[in-house]
Amino acid sequence: MRSRALDALRATFLTLLAIAFVGVPVWAVLVNSAKSLAEVSPLTLAPPHHWNIGSNYGAAIHRGDLWHGLLNSVLVTVPTILLVLVTSAMAAWVFARSRSRAVRGVYYVSIIGVLVPPAVITEIKVLTWLGLEGQHAGLVGVYSAMTMSLGILLITGFVKTLPIELEEAARLDGCSRFATFLRIVLPLLSPILTTCGIFVAILTWNEFFYAFFVLEAQSKLTLPLDLFQFASATLYVNNWNLIFAFVVLSSLPMIVAYALAQRRVVAGITGGAVK
Amino acid sequence: METETPVPTLSWYATARRRSKARVSGGAAGFLLTTPALVIFAVFFLLPNILNFAFAFTDWSTYSSQVNFIGLANFRELWRDGSLVQSLETTLLYGVGVMVLQNAIALGLALGLERDTPWNRVLRVVFFVPLLIGPLATGYVWRGILAPTGILNHTLSRVLGHGVTVQWLGSLHWTLWVVVAIHAWRWCGFSMLVYLAGLKTVPEELLESARVEGASALRRLWHIKFPLMAPAFTFSAVVTLVGAMNTFDVVQATTGGGPGVSTRVVDVYMFQQFGSGLLGSATSMGLVLFLTVAAVGLPLVFILRRREVQL
Repeated sequence: MRSRALDALRATFLTLLAIAFVGVPVWAVLVNSAKSLAEVSPLTLAPPHHWNIGSNYGAAIHRGDLWHGLLNSVLVTVPTILLVLVTSAMAAWVFARSRSRAVRGVYYVSIIGVLVPPAVITEIKVLTWLGLEGQHAGLVGVYSAMTMSLGILLITGFVKTLPIELEEAARLDGCSRFATFLRIVLPLLSPILTTCGIFVAILTWNEFFYAFFVLEAQSKLTLPLDLFQFASATLYVNNWNLIFAFVVLSSLPMIVAYALAQRRVVAGITGGAVK
Repeated sequence: METETPVPTLSWYATARRRSKARVSGGAAGFLLTTPALVIFAVFFLLPNILNFAFAFTDWSTYSSQVNFIGLANFRELWRDGSLVQSLETTLLYGVGVMVLQNAIALGLALGLERDTPWNRVLRVVFFVPLLIGPLATGYVWRGILAPTGILNHTLSRVLGHGVTVQWLGSLHWTLWVVVAIHAWRWCGFSMLVYLAGLKTVPEELLESARVEGASALRRLWHIKFPLMAPAFTFSAVVTLVGAMNTFDVVQATTGGGPGVSTRVVDVYMFQQFGSGLLGSATSMGLVLFLTVAAVGLPLVFILRRREVQL
């Protein structure tokens, strides 16, 4: 009886905390994104007197070059996710199953990206040498390398929790090494691949710092760069309504993606990082 | 030809298993599977970091096509004008501040939301939402909330009945901690997930038998859950610290490094140096950050790893 009362108390407290912690800021963004310019000075939590949803969001899309930014972000994020998942899964399988000290050494080198930052300015030098400066392909390379260590770390941990017998049986039955990976291992990895995919998406979809250094041409800018430009250009007139509208639109794809995948995310980390 | 069948002893099984384990993926051909990942990592991560060690000692800039070796001149200059110490100190305070605050909140949330009820699942998603709003966007949102005529001051004025005009982002002394809190706000859903995953690895039977033997909830938490969650601590602490020391977006969008230089972390400084075309100098700062993060992060991994309990 006592513990049920305690549970109810705990649930109430956490719900109130969620409202204050996340609900209020999100509410603030939503209501102010629908107000007229006159109504956002000062910014309040009150709902708008006049709903300007159409004109505000239209202005954010039009003046913020949103469709272009969205397309560019997709062109960078999707190849990055695929590249990281496929390559780090292959590497992680070898790392998890090998007993050689040399391979173990290579594994440790490949996960230092979790610990130290990538270099940003010399990165541009490398991209120039490769003829990839200012290109989406260059940014895909940078993002893949940046998130590769996390991918290898999580997937290697996960592979170690899988029984090896299946792979042994496949080998005995004449499966080639690559076929064993493709037909036996890869399907078993799907929970951790979802988790990794979400993390890579979170880290790259909204990435600004490296994109700013790598991309220059207006036509190639990703969403965060568009937001930066848009906000820098409109902040001086305190156009909070339009900035917030842009924030809502640029965050939506990630929120939808997470809502679809979230149930599998925790399962993936359980096997990967914390074992 | 008759092959001799070895007597199956325990050690024979062990060797056979080891051999087969090496064979399923191992060997030189198996190692080929690592090539794509390693090539990408080497070209786009290792190479730039190695080049950092070279270009940090040059006068590389956008003003001249020539790059000359100038020894430690960049570092001397950064030291002389105080920006080295200032930005490094700010970055360290920021990193440690975020690490402590974020992990404390996240641990509380994970323990509170541990049970797998439908409502808890909803709340877990809610606490994860800040991470899905981009860091730059997060910065702008909080800038709107904390502006002098922003939402927080307006709301406080209403509640208190008199005008409140706190300059949340304008203090030389404590605005850094406001930005730290914003960073922790954005990322604590991530650490919460890591701790939830860590809690899942604690065997139910262990907790049950402790309960039967009369251990209180607090003792079970302290003596069973915490030690077994150690790997989650290691992972979350290290990733949080390193991530926070590489912060840029949140700071840039809220304060841009100001007021004065009070929130100018290393990446913001590099961004400014890059803007003024001083690539060599910016690279030197990058190298200092790299070495500092490595110097702080590596020992942290070893210390925390050693404390981990193996079940």
